[in-house]
Amino acid sequence: MAEKLVGTDIAPPDLHAKITGRAKYAEDFRAPGMVFAKLLLSPMPHARVRNVDASRALAMDGVIGILRASEVPSREGPREACLTDTPRYEGEPILAVAAVDEETAAAAIEAIEIDFEPLPFVVDPLDSLRPDGPNAYVDGNQFSGQDGWSDLKWTDSDFATIDGGGMPNPSCPVEWTKGDPESAFAESALVLEETIVHQSLSHHPMEPRSNMAYWEGETLHAFVSTQSSQQTKFALAGALQIDPENINLVSEYCGGGFGSKIAGTTVMQIPALFSRKIDRPVMLRITRYEENYVGRARPGFQSWLKMGFLENGKCNAIDLIIVQESGPYGAGDFNTAGMIADLTYTPQNMHFRGVSMYTNTPPKAAQRGPGGAQIISMMEPILEKAARELGIDRFEMHRLNAPGADVEFGPRNATLTSVHAVEALEQGREMFDWDAKLAMSGQRNGSKVTGIGIGLSPYTAGSRGRDGMMLIRPDGKLYVHQGIGNLGTHSIADTARPAAELLGYDWEDVEIVWGNSARAYPRSTVQAGSQTTTAHTRANHAAASDALRKIRAVAAAAMGGSPSAYRVDSGRVRGPGGTMTLARIAERAIAMGGEYSGMVLPEDIHAQTVPAAQMLAGEGLMGIARDNYGGEGNIYSWVAGFAMVELDEETGVVELKEYVGITDCGTVIHPRSLGAQVFGGSIQGMGMAMTQRWVFDPKWGVPFANRLYTARPPGFLDIPSDLKWGAVNIPDPQDPVGAKGIGEPPVGAGAAALTCAVADAMGGRCLCRTPLTPDIILAELEGRPIHGRLDQHVG
Amino acid sequence: MDQAESMGVLEEKYTRRTFIKGVIATGATASSAGHLFRGSPLLGAATYQTATERLITLNVNGQERRVDVLPHETLAMTLRYKLGLTGTKLGCDRAECGACTLLVDGVAQYGCSMLTHQVRGRAVTTIEGLEDPDTGELSVVQQAVMEEGAFQCAFCAPGFIMAMTEMIEVNPNPTREEARHALSGNLCRCADYDKILTCAMRAAELARSV
Repeated sequence: MAEKLVGTDIAPPDLHAKITGRAKYAEDFRAPGMVFAKLLLSPMPHARVRNVDASRALAMDGVIGILRASEVPSREGPREACLTDTPRYEGEPILAVAAVDEETAAAAIEAIEIDFEPLPFVVDPLDSLRPDGPNAYVDGNQFSGQDGWSDLKWTDSDFATIDGGGMPNPSCPVEWTKGDPESAFAESALVLEETIVHQSLSHHPMEPRSNMAYWEGETLHAFVSTQSSQQTKFALAGALQIDPENINLVSEYCGGGFGSKIAGTTVMQIPALFSRKIDRPVMLRITRYEENYVGRARPGFQSWLKMGFLENGKCNAIDLIIVQESGPYGAGDFNTAGMIADLTYTPQNMHFRGVSMYTNTPPKAAQRGPGGAQIISMMEPILEKAARELGIDRFEMHRLNAPGADVEFGPRNATLTSVHAVEALEQGREMFDWDAKLAMSGQRNGSKVTGIGIGLSPYTAGSRGRDGMMLIRPDGKLYVHQGIGNLGTHSIADTARPAAELLGYDWEDVEIVWGNSARAYPRSTVQAGSQTTTAHTRANHAAASDALRKIRAVAAAAMGGSPSAYRVDSGRVRGPGGTMTLARIAERAIAMGGEYSGMVLPEDIHAQTVPAAQMLAGEGLMGIARDNYGGEGNIYSWVAGFAMVELDEETGVVELKEYVGITDCGTVIHPRSLGAQVFGGSIQGMGMAMTQRWVFDPKWGVPFANRLYTARPPGFLDIPSDLKWGAVNIPDPQDPVGAKGIGEPPVGAGAAALTCAVADAMGGRCLCRTPLTPDIILAELEGRPIHGRLDQHVG
Repeated sequence: MDQAESMGVLEEKYTRRTFIKGVIATGATASSAGHLFRGSPLLGAATYQTATERLITLNVNGQERRVDVLPHETLAMTLRYKLGLTGTKLGCDRAECGACTLLVDGVAQYGCSMLTHQVRGRAVTTIEGLEDPDTGELSVVQQAVMEEGAFQCAFCAPGFIMAMTEMIEVNPNPTREEARHALSGNLCRCADYDKILTCAMRAAELARSV
């Protein structure tokens, strides 16, 4: 029997390259004659370039050329171009210079004389909503494709309420209501009203978005850092308006993205365009300082939340308003946040209002658990506060509010394929030993106070209908062609494992083909929203089923008998007519041609899969299929996080002592990688809530937290020394493999467990603000808040 | 002081602490250009010269490597862009992340924050130098990582592996807490810290059993 590939630990096939220095990330590629580009970044948050004099720069020895905004694709409205003459945040790239070395390019940038006309700017979205407040764009602060620009202002009376500490009743572009919130609040035994500020924060993947490109005739060779491979080729082709088949996109390794490099990056256009102009390979090395600007950031929220509870602790009504700090080019987090609030607390009566406000801060993008992580980290402490006020155990409060299988959420009553949030909570209660820990809550050790907390966090975890493509070659090996990116989640290997198991393969006979569009990929999802595990275990399962059918047919044709009587295991097919190796089957499939070798393709595969399949046709037995397994309802995964902290009341420092994360993500494919996702996501959430920080100078609109040491992701000494994880491991019934994604939900769980534990250590007081840095905690403890209640990005 | 003379002084006197001072003394601006790359004929570029490159010999991974180096060039840049050793990663350019960690005479250093001239006559080991050059056998740290399957995106992996390599020499029998402190100069943005720590402990165990 071939080994079991689902549910076992296997070293990813690319690990050897990663730990010997052989793995090539985008900045590790070289090309003969390669030159270096540097960017001129805007020194102002909003401006118009009046004049550029590059004559002195271009006359410098070693300078090859300049690329201006007028030479790159751009679109009307709040849409990002890779270079612009109307920068909308400090650090936006204005132009690029190429030179024989990077230092010369940097010197040339310094030699450029550039004249800016400063324009009004806004870094705090509430400022833009004030009646006479500034806008991020000259033409307004709201944009729609149909109606163009408009100016959204709240009324003086809204702001009189806000400034007085109340919840306003403003007009918002997004609004939905479910049930009858007003009557429900009247029936509530407890109504809590809070204002909430969640900060914006940079993604800061370890690998900055450096990239290199050159042209060979009409063919663009692009070496980029991206989360997704197959889709990035099409994104780049779309941006440059060229035929995708003229791009050879190389993305073997990606040093982290977390949502900031979903289908590549905006700056990946620069070397492509510049190298075409100067006919030299161009390397654009992005420094950490530049990454802070041209990298992406999670949008912050300023919120008003009203939450009603029945006597028994059940949340029965929510009224939620979110103002989102969206940067110059927008983001969708706030919409998701409303859905997630409804899903997590199942109030049955909900009023949601939201507005996305353009601001002159670095661009926003999905960051792991977009919308969900923000709202969960802010609402869970409110739920625990209600538990205290109603005299209910906090664990019970989470459990009784968690949804069951019959949940319907959001304005259109969305359903789920499966949900085991309660099981995750119960498993966590046991592993964390909640009851024993409860006795430690509030205990003092000198100036340190112990606090414990729970965070329950859902997020979307799958999509359907992608294509799978694999080949058994005459060497007998299974080649799984993966259009998904190698972003560090091990999904390029793990999504192939159920398929390989179905075909009875030993793992050593499976080759994963990825990282270079010349190697042929099927149509894939983007690696975002935790879709990949579900989407591509399904797609590969479909392709493997197709391969199995063809193996049996080829075996029956060669040896006689019924195809269904043949069994495949460990590289051989056995049946009534005898035994044959899959190597021989592959040879016979090539000879038979037609669908067996991919000369004839299924009609329902995506148009983007067809040319890739044609590249491989005739080279072996091809398994190729679209995922037609279907399914109803949304695919969501869950993580229940349990944290214990010690808060030092003298210094404001929070030390994480223990953390337990339990996930409901369906079938466990790769336990060790799953644990790493649960911990990694949770710790990123803790960084979001505790160590990273965005600070802007409100007077000049420039960021102060530009580097890792000023906006610090958690390091070894910030994380709990005692970490445990577990999985409910109940297969999703609507899925052939049963696996759901896991990337997103742990972020909210880690962050919320932390914010709840800190509130617990403070005697149940919610700060309702992130990040929980020592100065903010100290100021709160001492009763001298250092910021306005709703201020965003303050020091 | 002329260039040659100052180089001698550099070798003698430079420590990490005096790095910035050193860059200024050799005529470059530390804040903007010290971490940038200046070209190499190896890339086919005609090098633009204002500061003078000097041909020096470095000992990298047990080999003598002759290379033209500018006074203010960092070791990470020399390795990556002149010696083709791209295993040493640049995550921040200035001693914040540890991705460029390598060994100089067995001591873990940030390659972004050492001048190449500082390492003349000293043994530099990078991630590419850990395997046995004859057999390709992995070092104990690398073996431990293969066994425990650590790292996600792994951009930080070379730096962490070099830091672990130093750690097991300095403290062959660490507790998890000691290992955590020993590796705290390196960041992992995927936050795969738990597995990295498990690898460090396994590496120490393997080293003790050799």
